[in-house]
Formats: sequence, structure tokens, C-alpha cells
Amino acid sequence: MDSDIHDITLTVNGTTYNGRVESRLLLSDFLRHDLKLAGTHVGCEHGVCGACTVLLDGEPVRSCLMLAVQANTHAISTIEGLTSPGGDYHPLQQAMHDHHGLQCGYCTPGILMTMTAFLDENASPSEEEVREALSGNLCRCTGYQNIVDAVMTAAARMRS
Amino acid sequence: MSTRTFGQPVKRNEDRKLLTGQALFVDDVELPGMLHVAFLRSQVAHANIIGIDISRALQRPGVIAAYTADDLGDYWRHGPLLVPPPPIPGTIFNERTHVPLAKGKVRHVGEPLVIVIAESRYIAEDALDDIDVELEQLDAVVDLERALKAGSALVHDDVGSNVSARVRQTKGNYAAAAAKADRIIARRFHYEHGISSPIETRGVVAQWDQRASQMTIWDTTQAPVFVRNGLAAMLGLNERNVRVIAPFVGGGFGPKIMMFYPEEVLLPWVSMQLNRPVKWIEDRLEHFFATTHERGQIHDAEIALAADGRILGIKDVFLHDGGAYDPYGLTVPINSQCTLLGPYVVPNYDSTFTQVFTNLPIVTPYRGAGRQHGVFVMERLLDLAAHELDIDRAEIRRINLIPADAFPYNNEIIYQDFAPLSYDSGNYEPVLDMALNAIGYADFRQQQHEARAQGRHIGLGISCYVEGTGIGPYEGAKVQVQSNGKVSIATGIGTQGQGHFTVFAQIAAEQLGIDVTDIDVVTGDTDQFYWGAGTFASRGAVVAGNAVNEAAKVVRQKALKLASDLFECSEDDLVIADGKVSITGVPGKFVTLGDLAARANPMRGAVKPGTEPGLESTQYFGPPSGATANGVHAMIVEMDPRTFDLKILKYVVVHDCGTVINPMILTGQIHGGVAQGIGNAFFEKLAFDDQGQLLNASLADYLLPTSLDVPRMELDHTVTPSPLNPMGIKGAGEAGAIPVGPLFAQAIEDALDLKNKGVELLEIPLSPSRLFELTRKAKG
Repeated sequence: MDSDIHDITLTVNGTTYNGRVESRLLLSDFLRHDLKLAGTHVGCEHGVCGACTVLLDGEPVRSCLMLAVQANTHAISTIEGLTSPGGDYHPLQQAMHDHHGLQCGYCTPGILMTMTAFLDENASPSEEEVREALSGNLCRCTGYQNIVDAVMTAAARMRS
Repeated sequence: MSTRTFGQPVKRNEDRKLLTGQALFVDDVELPGMLHVAFLRSQVAHANIIGIDISRALQRPGVIAAYTADDLGDYWRHGPLLVPPPPIPGTIFNERTHVPLAKGKVRHVGEPLVIVIAESRYIAEDALDDIDVELEQLDAVVDLERALKAGSALVHDDVGSNVSARVRQTKGNYAAAAAKADRIIARRFHYEHGISSPIETRGVVAQWDQRASQMTIWDTTQAPVFVRNGLAAMLGLNERNVRVIAPFVGGGFGPKIMMFYPEEVLLPWVSMQLNRPVKWIEDRLEHFFATTHERGQIHDAEIALAADGRILGIKDVFLHDGGAYDPYGLTVPINSQCTLLGPYVVPNYDSTFTQVFTNLPIVTPYRGAGRQHGVFVMERLLDLAAHELDIDRAEIRRINLIPADAFPYNNEIIYQDFAPLSYDSGNYEPVLDMALNAIGYADFRQQQHEARAQGRHIGLGISCYVEGTGIGPYEGAKVQVQSNGKVSIATGIGTQGQGHFTVFAQIAAEQLGIDVTDIDVVTGDTDQFYWGAGTFASRGAVVAGNAVNEAAKVVRQKALKLASDLFECSEDDLVIADGKVSITGVPGKFVTLGDLAARANPMRGAVKPGTEPGLESTQYFGPPSGATANGVHAMIVEMDPRTFDLKILKYVVVHDCGTVINPMILTGQIHGGVAQGIGNAFFEKLAFDDQGQLLNASLADYLLPTSLDVPRMELDHTVTPSPLNPMGIKGAGEAGAIPVGPLFAQAIEDALDLKNKGVELLEIPLSPSRLFELTRKAKG
């Protein structure tokens, strides 16, 4: 089984980590249980719910559909890196708080990672575009309306 | 004076941890030496177990242990009956509760056969493939009607039939009413409900500390106190030696209150056997089988009417799919039976249900908890009556509403809380009027004509409902001022996103004149608060909220008394605000609550006899019966008549849940409920084949509503306080989800003019493919 072990090096939120992983180890399990970055949540482990979304070199990916070894040499961003070093909210975190965009909060990290990347690409989205971008993340609590409002507000605040 | 926060849209205290990835969920618990659990589950719905061989699994490197039912010894036993049947004369109830691991027979797909413990979850799952199981497959009981016919296979052989329960409740004399009726309308209705699918599945971590004789269990439960008491008894431990923590829980919606799930029972026992911490996290596939569902009912219902549209009586006979075991008693079908009556005067009622054992996962309450099924039947009967009697559908509802001067209104049958189904308060007609106004009912026919002329098919739906909420028995709360001036509140209920950390703080802030952000709320930790029932039936804010209020009131009195002693003045001259007690009209003369708390715990000297230390109080609240909320939903849809694709153009909710603590959080509860209602009404269906196999056990196949499916909602409310608690609160957690099914059916019929085409929509869900089938059938 030794041949199945890989040494990997990657950065998460700007910090470099070295890991020794089995080929089959999911990136989500590596982040959560090896690196103890448990803010990334796992909802379905088949790529549908979006709770485990992280950024790989700035692009949203499902960490449950990636192997840790595939992240070798790449830069990962997770929820733990979204606030400023001083602890200030990202504008989308602030807007989610202001608009009651979360209830149980379990899907929230995945939504924040997906939608912050979306706002980087589209600074002036329409509500329809926000709903389209959000449609890959399932939330069972909120009915989405307050999340959509939060994203629109965050976009407006980031523009001004 | 502090800004008043009660009743205001105060932002949530709990958000920061959740928004920054710092909130502790069960799967985030990491302990030294922790082992991981996987379950081998039955892949067939009904079979005799011939043999199970775990020997190869035990030889796999990294596997620590594996157990079958036979290996559990005396620990193997049936789970407790969680909710006994209400005292309704003539009730038949055959109690067959679930077991930790199947022994002799498996009764549904997903029932666990073997528990495997290994160094990692990956290894534990590898080892499942090493287990040899020999089963003798039996016919599966799936269809409710066939289940009751002679010759059907039996889920529990010793019961002698597949009847789990049978209950008849009556009010007045339906037969006599029907004899005098101008019109009787009878139909058969099918209503399916689905799986709650919280984004966090279930999970358990158990840690046995042998030196301390202490068991700690992290559990995604809605009812930590009952889990502690039950597990202590099962494990032979004192309750004080078992601590159950329900940390942040990622949604519940009912099934997480199903107690003594096999995994919940087995992990603590395994931890004691191995003297190691163990973790099990349900995967999504397991969630479809191992977590309880809510499913279908078949109603044969009839309504007796006067020519003017008044309801003379209703008769209903229905079958309820209970699944393989019935640990939750009769809660779901009783809710259906009671909630069917809705906001209407129904002078005569005759309702009988049979709860049927099937070889399908267990059915327990899921948001709405059977209320949807009853509301669907009543609202559809009224739609049929409006059509046949040529009465406007809003008017037939209006003339049957319980008048405002008739409360408390006794429906003369027994509710799920064992108390008579009596509505505490209500004023229903203004709610209907506001909803009609908001949806634009008066102008809609004109709008519909114009749309039709353009080739567009739009339709309107309107549904009324009541929701029994805030049932007992009781909850408690401890409110404590700390010497740093901050306030701590502890209560025994669990929390799954309802905003308890904020609304309970608002309640205490109202009494103690302190900022909401200076109040720390603890829920779901049995070492922090010992007593309680749990979070279910839209009762958290009502029952625990009132306990917080009572405790905060006592703390307020204690603070005033201490300050009056200190200042040697009358309590009447004191005011509590901004975290301090001040003498009215004497600027600068004050003492902070923190200082009073420190003074209430003297380190030396003597205290007066009877003095209790600390500025704190623990109080309990138990309502005499539940509080009844009500509401009206209205919707305009546009249908594509070829594809049956549906677009919701407008969605209105007007409701009344008594005094509102936090309108922002209330709105969130309604939004989320409606979203789940839409999923239920339009596409969520657990598709079983005739052998009890679930054909759509993934989120790629069992579709949950996305941000493209849930429309923007317009909300309004009236306030009719409940007389059953001092704050006048009624619950709101389930209101959004309850009336959506009949709303869809009515609006789709209206949009496609189905009534005039001989098509009646008497079932839920109504997916596009099902609508295609139903309309094609009508065309012949």
C-alpha cells in the first residue's frame, strides 16, 4: 500500500501545508480532518449540495469531488480565510448577517465561497444572475430570498 | 433607557461563528485516539437473516471490532416508545419499536446489520465488503391497501396483520348531518410527504472516560435531555454521568428528534467496550434510509354541505404509512386528523385512520408532521364544493371561518398533546382579506383573461390553515447575571437554526435592560441545563421562551431588591436600564448588574436566613395546551400547457402567530417553510419500487428546491396573542410548509382550466411528468 501514499504540498489561505495522503483521500476530508480546517462542511459527498465548495486557484470547486492529491501544488481558499487578518467581515459575510441570510449555517461556508468568487467575476449582477449562480448550492432553511438579497447588497457595497 | 429590542428585527448573535467557519458541528469534534464507525445495512426490504459472518472483516488491518445483534448480549433490546397513544377510547395500537441491529429479520432497506469500528472511516467502509450475509428474501409490504388484505406478507409476524394502529374520533353526528345535506362530495386523495434532508446529516461522537466514569456524547439531536436519560438507563449509568451535547446542528426539521436511533444507542456502548472515543457521521446515501421519513396517506373523504356552501360535516377514512416500526406512536396521523378541520366550523366530523406497517423506513414527524395531509384534504374538498355549488372559492372559505367571537373554540376531539383540540384565540377573516388583497384577487379574472388572450396560462390559488403549536409539557431556563455584567441563559432544548441565541436574549433583555449582544445563550448541553423536552412542534419560542421570560422576571426582582437594600431606598424609585440599576432622578447614583451579582455571592460574613447566592433564577413554563396559529397563502402561477413547467409569479403569506419576538427571524422561518412546501408540492417524492427499494436515493435524483425554484415571497401578519402564555406567543416553525400542496393544486387547475376538462388534482406531489400523465389520462 506504500505506493498509494503521496507527499503533497499546497497552500490554504496563504499558509503552506505539507501532507502525506492516500490517493483516495478526499480533499474535503484532508482539509477538515488532517488540517483541522473544519469550516468547510460536507453535505452530500456527491457534488450536488455545494456545502463543501472551496476555491482552487480562485475558482470554486467541490472539495468532496476532488482528491487531496489533486490539490498538490495548488492554492486553496476556505471560509477560514474570508475575514480580514483583523477579523473584519468580507462584505458578503456582513451582508449575510444584515439580511438574515443564514439559519442553521451549515450550507453557509459553501455559499460564501461560491458567491464571493461570483462577485469577483460579476460586480453588477441582476437578481436572476445571482439566483443562477446560487443554484448549485442547496440551502434547506432559508428559502434563498435573504441570501439573494445579501448578495445583491454585498455587490452594491463593493461597487461603492 | 436601553433601546427596546423585543419585537425588533435584531440581528443574530450566533451568526459570527457560522459565517467564519468557527461553529462546532458534530463532525468537527476531534478527539485523541478516536475510532470511526461504518454500518453494514440491509440492501433488501424484507428478509429472514440466515447468517452473518464478520470474521474476514475482523482480520483487515485497521479494523478494531465489529458487532452483530447477537454480539450485543443484553444490550440488544427494542427502543422505547417515544410517544404513547393519546387516551382516545377504542384505540388499537400495536407497539413494535425499532432495534439497534436487526436480529432474525430485516424490515426495511438500510436497517443496520453490523457495526464496524476501525482506525478510519475509509477502512471501516472497506471492511463492510468483507462481511458475508446470507438472507432469505421475503415479499415486501409496500402498498398500503394490499398490506391490509388477507394473504399479505407481514412486517411483524406476531401482530397477525399489518395494522400498527387504528383510531376513530368523532364530533357531533356525521350520518345525521349527511342525511340533511343538500350536497355530498366524496373523493379519494393521495398525499405524499418526503424526507427532511437537512444539509447536515446525522452524526454521533461518544467518548467514555473510564477514570471519571463519565460518558460524553455529541449528537445531532433535537432532544438532548431525553437522549441523556434514555442512554443512561440503557448503559447502566447515572444520569449525572452522561452528558449529551447537541452543538450547532445543521437543520433538523423533525427527524433529528426521533430518539434512540440505532447509531445513537450503539456508539456510546462501543466506546465503553473499547474505552476509545468513536465517531459516526451519516453519509447522504444512509440518510435516505437510516433517518426517518414522512410519507404518504390515502384519504377517502366526503363533505356534506348546505346549498349556501356551509359545511354540515366531514367524514374521512384514511390509511397512513407508518413504516417498519412505530416508535413515535400516532403523532403524525393524529395531526392529520386534527388539522384537517382547519379554521372552519365543522359541526360534525367522523374520522378514522389506520396506521399501516410497511417494509419501508420509519415514519416520524417532518416539518408539518401530518398537518399538510389534512389541510390538503379539507382545502381540496372546499374547492370541489365551490365548483359544484358555483360559489366563489374565497367566499366558501369566508362563510365557514370560525367567527372571532367564538374563541376559545373547542373541536371536541383529542390532539397530539393529549389535550382537547381547542383553539386558544384567533381572528381569521382579516387574514383572508389581507391575503386576497395582496394577491389582487378582485382583479385576477380580468388579468387571467388578458393573459389567455396572449396565449399565457396563469392561475391563482388560495389556501387557509391552522397550525397547532407550542405544546407542552414544559421547558425550563436558567438566567444568570455574571459578575462581569453579562448575562447567561441556559435551556434544555436543542437548536438547529431557529435563532434561539438571539430571541431568548431579546426576551431576557426586555426584563434586564441589557444589550442583546451581552447575553450568551446555551442550548442543547445537558450539563448546562438538566431538564427539558426538546425542539419540535413549533414550541421552542413559546415554551422555552416563556421559561426564559419567567426566569428573567425573577432576576429582575432580585436585582431591584439587592439595589434597594444597598441604596436603602424603595424599589419603586429604581430603574433597570443599560446594565445597571439607578435611582430615578438622582444622576450618577447607580450600581451595575455585575456588581450586584458579585455582591450576591459574598466571600465572607453572614447572610440572612433563606438567602440564595447569585443573581440568577431557574424557572419552568408549561402551557395547559397548545396555541393555535393560523394563516392564508395565496399564489399566482404561470403554466406551460405543453411541458407543465411552472413559474410562480407571486407568492403571498399572511399569518398570525401571536406576539412576534423578532420579525426578521420569523420571516426566515416562513420563507424556509414555504420552500420546503414547494419541494413537497411540486417534486419531492420518495420513489419506491414494489420491493421497497428507493429508486432516487441521491440529491441528484431526489430534487430539493434551489434558488431558481423558490420565488420571492410577500409576507404580512396580524397579531392575535395567545392567552395561554404571558407573552402571548404562538409558534411559527411549520406554518410556511403546511398549506402549499392545495395551493399548487388549485392554482394549476385554474391556470389550465382543468375543472372544465374533467381533471381534478387530488394528489401531491404534482410534478410536470405527473401532470402530463393526469391530463393525458383525462383525454383518454
